[in-house]
This record gives sequence, C-alpha cells and structure tokens, in this order.
Amino acid sequence: MSAARYDAIIIGGGHNGLVAAAYLARAGRKVLVLEKRPVVGGAAVTEEIFPGFKFSVFSYVVSLLRPEIIRDLDLPRHGLQILPLESTVTPLDNGDYLGSWADPDENRRELSRHSPRDAEAMIQFGRLMQHMALAVKPILGMVPPDPASLAPSDLAGLLKLGTHFRSLGAERFHALFKLMTMSSADYLDEWFEFDALKATKSASGIIGTFLGPRSPGSAYVLLHHYMGEIDGAFRAWGFQKGGTGAISNSIASAARAFGAEIRTDAGVEKVIVKDGRATGVALSSGDEISAPLVVSCLDPRRTFTQLVDTKDLPDDLVEGVRRYKFRGSSGKVNLALDGLPDLTCLPGYGPHLRGAISISPSLSYLERAYDDAKYGEFSRHPYMDIVIPSMIDPQMAPPGKHVMSIFVQYAPYHLNGGWTDAKRDAFGDAVVDTLAQYAPNIKKLILHRQVLTPLDIERITGLSEGNIFQGELALHQLFFLRPVPEWAKYNTPIKGYWQCGAGTHPGGGIMGASGRLAALEMLHRTRAGS
Amino acid sequence: MLKSTPFHARTSALVRAQTWRRWNGYQVGSAYDPHPDREYAAVRNAAALFDVSPLCKYLISGPDAMRLLDRMVTRDVSKCAVGQVLYTPWCDIHGKVVDDGTISRLDQGTYRLTSAEPQLRWLSMSGIGMDVNVDDISECTGALALQGPLSRDILAALSPDDIASLKYFRLMSTTLGGVPVTVSRTGYTGDLGYEIWVDAEKAVALWDALMAKGAWFGIVPAGIWALDIARIEAGLVMADVDYHSAHRAHIEAQKSSPLELNLGWTVSAKKGPFTGRAALAAEREKGPEWSFVGISVNWESLEALYRVHGLPPQLPTVAWRTSTPVYRGGDQIGYASSGCWSPLLKEYLALAHIRAPHFAPGTRVNIEITVEHERRQAAAVVRKLPFFDPERKKA
Repeated sequence: MSAARYDAIIIGGGHNGLVAAAYLARAGRKVLVLEKRPVVGGAAVTEEIFPGFKFSVFSYVVSLLRPEIIRDLDLPRHGLQILPLESTVTPLDNGDYLGSWADPDENRRELSRHSPRDAEAMIQFGRLMQHMALAVKPILGMVPPDPASLAPSDLAGLLKLGTHFRSLGAERFHALFKLMTMSSADYLDEWFEFDALKATKSASGIIGTFLGPRSPGSAYVLLHHYMGEIDGAFRAWGFQKGGTGAISNSIASAARAFGAEIRTDAGVEKVIVKDGRATGVALSSGDEISAPLVVSCLDPRRTFTQLVDTKDLPDDLVEGVRRYKFRGSSGKVNLALDGLPDLTCLPGYGPHLRGAISISPSLSYLERAYDDAKYGEFSRHPYMDIVIPSMIDPQMAPPGKHVMSIFVQYAPYHLNGGWTDAKRDAFGDAVVDTLAQYAPNIKKLILHRQVLTPLDIERITGLSEGNIFQGELALHQLFFLRPVPEWAKYNTPIKGYWQCGAGTHPGGGIMGASGRLAALEMLHRTRAGS
Repeated sequence: MLKSTPFHARTSALVRAQTWRRWNGYQVGSAYDPHPDREYAAVRNAAALFDVSPLCKYLISGPDAMRLLDRMVTRDVSKCAVGQVLYTPWCDIHGKVVDDGTISRLDQGTYRLTSAEPQLRWLSMSGIGMDVNVDDISECTGALALQGPLSRDILAALSPDDIASLKYFRLMSTTLGGVPVTVSRTGYTGDLGYEIWVDAEKAVALWDALMAKGAWFGIVPAGIWALDIARIEAGLVMADVDYHSAHRAHIEAQKSSPLELNLGWTVSAKKGPFTGRAALAAEREKGPEWSFVGISVNWESLEALYRVHGLPPQLPTVAWRTSTPVYRGGDQIGYASSGCWSPLLKEYLALAHIRAPHFAPGTRVNIEITVEHERRQAAAVVRKLPFFDPERKKA
C-alpha cells in the first residue's frame, strides 16, 4: 500500500462530491476524488448519446444550487452559466392550455382566462411561499442538530432553530407546519380552484418521490421548488449552458484550481477499515490508496452496507439504512428531434417552446398515474416535465435540430415482473404516445430515443433503486432523520469515514449544500482532533 | 415627434410592452420582451441583435482626412491601416473628454467616425484650413450590432466572403443575404461580436436576412436594457451616464479626462499635436486625481442589511444610472455612476469614479444602499475592469 499522499479521498464525483472536494482543497487539504464513470457529475452529466446531440442525460434543470457555493467557488469563472427558463405551458384536454409566463402581468391575464379568483390568489400564494422559503432557508445551511442529544453543540443548534422559528411569528409558523404535513393537493385546494393549475403546481410536490398529489407530505416538496424562486432574486434558476454536466465540470474545475485531484474510471470497491478507523480505499482495479479521511458521496445504502462491512456498524444504524426508502419512481426519455413539436393547443413556433411543457392536465390525471405505480406498473399516461434545451442553448443540437428532455413519473423501480428490454420499450412508447396526444407530429420528428428506467438510472449512475434524490424526500427522511437518526451530521461510527450527498441533509437537486456542509463539518471536527 | 431608425418597421412590431426610450433624438426599444433577461442571455449564450442606428456617423474624406482626425482624437490615427477600426475619445483643449466613438478606415483616404452626440461643429472647428469633406451620414446609414458567441456563425452562413477570419477591430465590405454592408468586429458588450453598417433603404432586408438565418443559432433582438448590463460587465464607459461631455458640463467638476476614465491607453504619448495634448501630458506627469474602476458589492453584507427587515436582498432588475456615494473609512471617496446585478457573474457590480489614492484593485470600500427607505452602506471591493473578458472576444 502506497504512502498516504492524500488527506482525504472522496468516493463519487457527483456534484456534491466535487463541492466537498473543492471546499476541502480550498482549506489546504490534499484531496483525491474517485469517480467510477468516465465523466464526473453523477446524475448531472451531459453526454452526446447521438452524434451532434447533447443531452443532460438525467438531471436537466438547476434551481437550488446554493448561492454561497457559487460565490465561494467562483463558479461563473469556471463555466457556470445559467440561462433563463421562463415559462411553463400545460396543455389541457379540451384543446386549450394553461400558461405560466415570466411577466407577472402577462401571467395574471393568462390565469384570469381560467379563473380570475386564482389569478388574485396566485399573488398572495407566491408571497406566502416566499416567506416559507425564507423560513426554511437557514435550515438548508445548518448541520442538523440531534433533538435527542444533550451535547452542547446539539443544544446550541436546537436553540438556534427554536429562536428562528419563534421569529417567524405564529401565522407563518402555522403555515409552515401545514406545509410540512399536508398533501400538495389539499394544500393547493385551500388556495386555488382551477384544476390544471393545481395539478401543475402539485407536480413539483411528487417529483422523485413515491407519492401521489393526494398523499400527505407531498406539500413539502412544493416548497423545495420555491426555494429556487427566492433565489430567483439572484437568478440562479434555469438551464445551464451546455447542460447540467457543465455545472459539474465548473465545480470540478474550481476543485482542481484549489488543488484537488480528480480521477475518472476509478470505481471504489471497499473502504479499508482497521480497528474501527477508515484508512483508505480499495479500487475495483485492485489498487489501494490510503488517506486518513474517506468520504462516501454514494447513497446511504452503498455508504453503509456495500462500501464497508456492516459488522463494523451498530445494528440500529444498519437497520435504519435497511428501512430507508429509495423506491425510484421516475424515468427519463431523451429525444433527438428533426424539428420542433407542434402543440395542438399552441400551434407553430412560439415562446412556449423555450419553457417547460407540463403534462399535468388535472389532479385526477396525476393521481391515476400514481395509481398505476402503486400497483407495480408504470403510468400508462404519466406526468411529464418536458424541456427543449436546444431552444435555449442552440449548441445542444445541430442547427435546425433539437433535443428534448422528458422527465417521466411514475416508473416504479419495483415493476411487476421486473424491468426488461421489452418493458423499457413499452414505457418509452407510453411516453411518446402520451406526448403525441398533445403534439401529434412528435413521432415523425424522432431521430433517436433514449429511454431510462429507474433500473437504468441505478445501473449507470449507481443511485440505488434509481432514486434521483439518493432516497425519498419524505418527512420521515429529512433533516435530523436523513439518512437515519443520530447519524445525520455527515459522520459515521467508523472514525475517519464520512458521508455526504443527497442522501444526507438537505437532500436532492443540484444544490451542493450537503457537499459544502459535510466538508465544513469535517474541517471543523478534524481540526478539533476527533 | 422622435425620429425612428431604418429598422423601425421591424423593431416596432416586436416591442411587446411598449417600453420605448429616447436615444439621441430617436425612439428605440429598452427591451422587446417585458423583461431583458432573455435578451441579455443571448449576448453571452447565442447572439443578440441590437439596433444601434442612433449613433452619429460621419464620412470623412479628402487629402487631409487623416490629419483632421489625428488632430482631433487622442489616439494615433496615422497608425490606422485600411480595414482597421480604432476606439478613441476626443478632448477639448483642457484635456477633458468631449465624446468617444470609433474611427474606421474604409479605404486609403476615407474614414467613418461614430460618436454618441453630434460632432459636425467640432469636426469643422478641428479642421479649419484643411482640405477635407465631412458628410453626416447618420440618417442614411442603418447600424446593427450582432453580439454573442454565435454571431460569427450567423454572419458566416450569410456572407459569401470569409467573415470568420475577420480579426478584432478590423472591418470588411461584404454582402449579407445579398445586401451590401460593411461589417466591423466591434461592439459594446465585451463579447465576440460585430457591427454592421448598411444603407438605410436596405436596412429592413438586412434585418430579415439576419433574423431568418439567425433563428438556427438562437438570435434574439435585444434592447438597451440588455446592452447596458453587458457593457457594465465589460467595463465600458457610457457618455452622458458615466461621464459628461466637456461641451455640456456646467462646471469643471462635471468634466473628466481620459486618464480619469480608465482610458489612458487611448492617449498617444508619441504622436504629433492634438487637442488637449499639453493638458493630458501634464496630468499624466502628476497622475490623475480620479480613476474609473469596478466595484463588486459583498453579497453577505447586502444580505445582512436586508435581513434586519426580514427580506432577501431586493435588487433592481435593470441597470441603474443614479450617482451613488462610495465611502472608505467614513469619508466619501467617490461615486458609482452605473451598476447592475450581473446574471452571468452572479455578482452585484458597479462602475465608479474613485479619488486617488483609493482606487487600487482590492481596496475595501462601502457603497450606499437604500434599504427600506433608510440609507445604509454595504461592503464592497474595488475591482480591475473589465469584470468579464472572454477569450472569444478577440480569438
């Protein structure tokens, strides 16, 4: 085994691993990132899967990347360039559409066509969600205190949290509590009457989660989206030039500028543990590399049950990880197109093609899509969030051609009878057929089709059960419960072995917060000498 | 009634929110969309098409054309080759800036001068006794700026000539979609970009050709709001905003020298007599009293000012042009003359006039911010200009 040339080894070059590497390197640590794939980014990668057509293969928009990370790592100078994604259009079953536009007056006029009352409510609702997002924002920036602990740092954290919630005032605190516990459909029912509006809004509450819009707990995920909108003041919401892989590359470039080393095609087999302490890693190639700090940015299942031996861990932790819910529920269809889709509700070329197209005509439609999944089938008529990145960044496709990204829900990991090539094709067909109901010309435009089931997502990225958030963003798996109680502060029972990634607080999306918090916590704790 | 530009037939149909503004006696769009976000993004991502026809344009020819210009401006015009473009300010006898613009050498004895404000009188005063013709071609010449990383691809697709090899600050005559034009690799955005000069009667045909071919490359017609953000990122000074013409200033303190505007590089130390030479030489000797620099506002500091009120930072969505005090250690050391949130750099930026000796990059200063009707100060730092300078600009 070679001498320890590194202070820290980071397993997994996803965006959180890269963020952690950059912060550790910035603090003067010698860092090595090991990524099993030939590209860094994890689920935030851009790949040319069809000649001349570039795809954000998995994660496709950015809304939550923490502004402090953008500043600390100087990401714009390393290639971060976020372009506006301004609108959402929901085609309706009656041939009309519901548009959500960037300009507040245009937006209000559009909504008034469907419900003047909702148009008014939207303004107040937006204000409330902004307040809620502000209320949650400090939580995203803190290491979760353990409420069952009497340690001074935990008590201080809880006090800070308590003081913060008190400062919200009763009205906002109650609103927040409702938001944390209700279903998104129920929550939106309190505000709006127009079904397609509620459906489209509630869709953001089910993304990546095995819940329907009527399932309690789904309202919280709504809030996650508004977090991006208050950061809309800094305008960090939209589409990354060059696809989401370019975000990962910008973070990698920043990490390298601070001195971190990044190795691709370097999968890690095991973390080497001696006397309860991590001392390095063994690569799939058989090489071993030592370092006093080993950080797993893989999901909790891999971190605790695959990279290390469970006998080195307390039973309750292992049991907690076993119960931790992944249940990948979404798939992705990427299309190379010969031209632009022609929507029946908005024929021809128009600004709607530069924004999102949401297939969410009604709450019942979404709930029925969930019903299919509940009983082990993919949705015959799924919820789809569609963008045409080449309309925003023309360099994603050859001139006059286009790429289309379709996020699809539901596609359960645990499909009846399991996923097969035939099932994958049938799933792809269901997506294209559904889209063709709203854009009949789509089928003849398709030059290439890539269909990704949760099983494919797991196979390619390593995300267990294909869950895009490294585990569901459900209330029982958030904050001091993520991934399991008592182990939500990025450390593990094995000394020198740390965890980070979307499976830790504050969860998924291209946010980078867990990478940053984990790195800062490691620096803090290792400086203190533990 | 304000004048309209030769592209009005096309642009007027696009200004969705009727956000018109004045520019040198013309009406032009502040933005075509209600908000400039997408128009600005096109500058840095694809290609933005600006109507810059309101610029004043003069054709200067005759045996003394070069002498006239060399005498008037601060740069050495004798070094300007055929097909070359110079950016330059020009000054009054006291070395204070009158205006700034570009000089293009179209052929051996013909130059085109652009300026922000009319200069016919100043040109004739500068050319007394010289054998030179000055034609004001402002109204009969349309001008477009096509700016952004894909601007070259669009022009290359429209021109039979080798536009791709046109170098920074060079120009060529060509046709675009069959319309005769001159194209210069210049602009006001600090990005890869071109300015296109066309006879007014062919203006609409040129616009249509650019828009049709540009559609494949993400072309977006863009207005002054977008231009303003881009030029602040590029650290480019704007007449009447960041400085006042010596011919319009009411008092001495309102005037600026090129050295005070970070334009020292445009003042030739070697060439023959020109207006303001003695004053500028003397100023260079003792060092300018002011410098024109970048200011970057510290975000945490800004957040803290707003957090007191339970608010996230509220920033204007378009660039501001209000003189804003800049302090150091309690004393006012200057003022910012324009500023904006940079959507690209994710920073709150300003352009500022700072007194010696406080203008070194890295100097920590404070800038006045009005938060909920109260005047506060946010921490900021002096930065070297430009804020943004991509390789593609000159590559």
